[in-house]
Amino acid sequence: MSKVIVVTSGKGGVGKTTTSASISTALAQKGKKVAVIDFDVGLRNLDLIMGVERRVVYDFVNVVQGEATLKQALIKDKRVEGLYILAASQTRDKDALTQEGVERVINELKEDGFDFIVCDSPAGIEKGAQLALYFADEAIVVTNPEVSSVRDSDRILGILQAKSRKAEEGGAVEEHLVLTRYNPSRVNAGEMLSKDDVVDLLSIKLLGVVPESQDVLNASNSGEPVVLAQDTDAAQAYLDIVERFLGGEVDHRFLEEEKKGLFKKLFGK
Amino acid sequence: MALLDYLLGQRKQKSANKAKDRLQILLAHERAENKAPDYLPKMRDEILQVIAKYVEIDQDQLKINIDEENGFEVLELNLVLPDEHK
Repeated sequence: MSKVIVVTSGKGGVGKTTTSASISTALAQKGKKVAVIDFDVGLRNLDLIMGVERRVVYDFVNVVQGEATLKQALIKDKRVEGLYILAASQTRDKDALTQEGVERVINELKEDGFDFIVCDSPAGIEKGAQLALYFADEAIVVTNPEVSSVRDSDRILGILQAKSRKAEEGGAVEEHLVLTRYNPSRVNAGEMLSKDDVVDLLSIKLLGVVPESQDVLNASNSGEPVVLAQDTDAAQAYLDIVERFLGGEVDHRFLEEEKKGLFKKLFGK
Repeated sequence: MALLDYLLGQRKQKSANKAKDRLQILLAHERAENKAPDYLPKMRDEILQVIAKYVEIDQDQLKINIDEENGFEVLELNLVLPDEHK
């Protein structure tokens, strides 16, 4: 059974693409067959974060419009077996995607035996974002512990509950919260919303917390999903997230300030 | 200095608490608004026009809400009439 996952947030710049890339990669590492699709037509970025920007020949819009086959457009990842990327078009406008076209591509991926189809949503609540979430079985809502991001996430949750296909059929998309750019010391200082605050406000199940980290920028600089930088906190956080997503019981980590020893306080960074 | 900040900091409300309080109010309001039927703004305008035929009112003085109470949907109209003595 294939599952369609939308990674969405409403607000831009909170880590949707980073999360899509890392979750897809980790799912593939677990032996799943995964396709990750960039829905941000006109402003594609997933290819860059995944480090396949020079291998894009055909894109999502080409497939939707019948100018290329799905097989031609899917980019096979060279690092992880079973991981495929479908890039967004850089040149077309947002209207190039149609609901029927998107449905055809998703159905074809299902027939090809993909276990997970990860839809990386564009920011906003316009057509692109609505198409990305329409066919979803599960939603991963990426939120920063910051007022405007929480508000926008709440808005996107409202849209999931009203305008997704599941909702239209009387069901519900399963919702998960991924809290990114979390800074435990600022939370302790009372300067940042805590994970409990955000869970409380959005009343949604917490899938995981990703600490704010230099490693995320380093990873995107080099076109590697951060989850592949295995010894970093961010990678560990994403691995936990995927473990939980697949039903495993893993305690939440990275919620407390790193205890610094005297030596590190004096000489460390 | 840090000690001073710490002591002063205790006295004023922490910004995270402010954020939570503001969001709690805002989200409750926006959820109600988004759930409201599409015809509400138009109905509000038409009701206003009718009332304006008889009384002089301020456009912003009409509040219209749909609430749910005990399984019933309640349409609530709230209008402040102008002060007669003016």
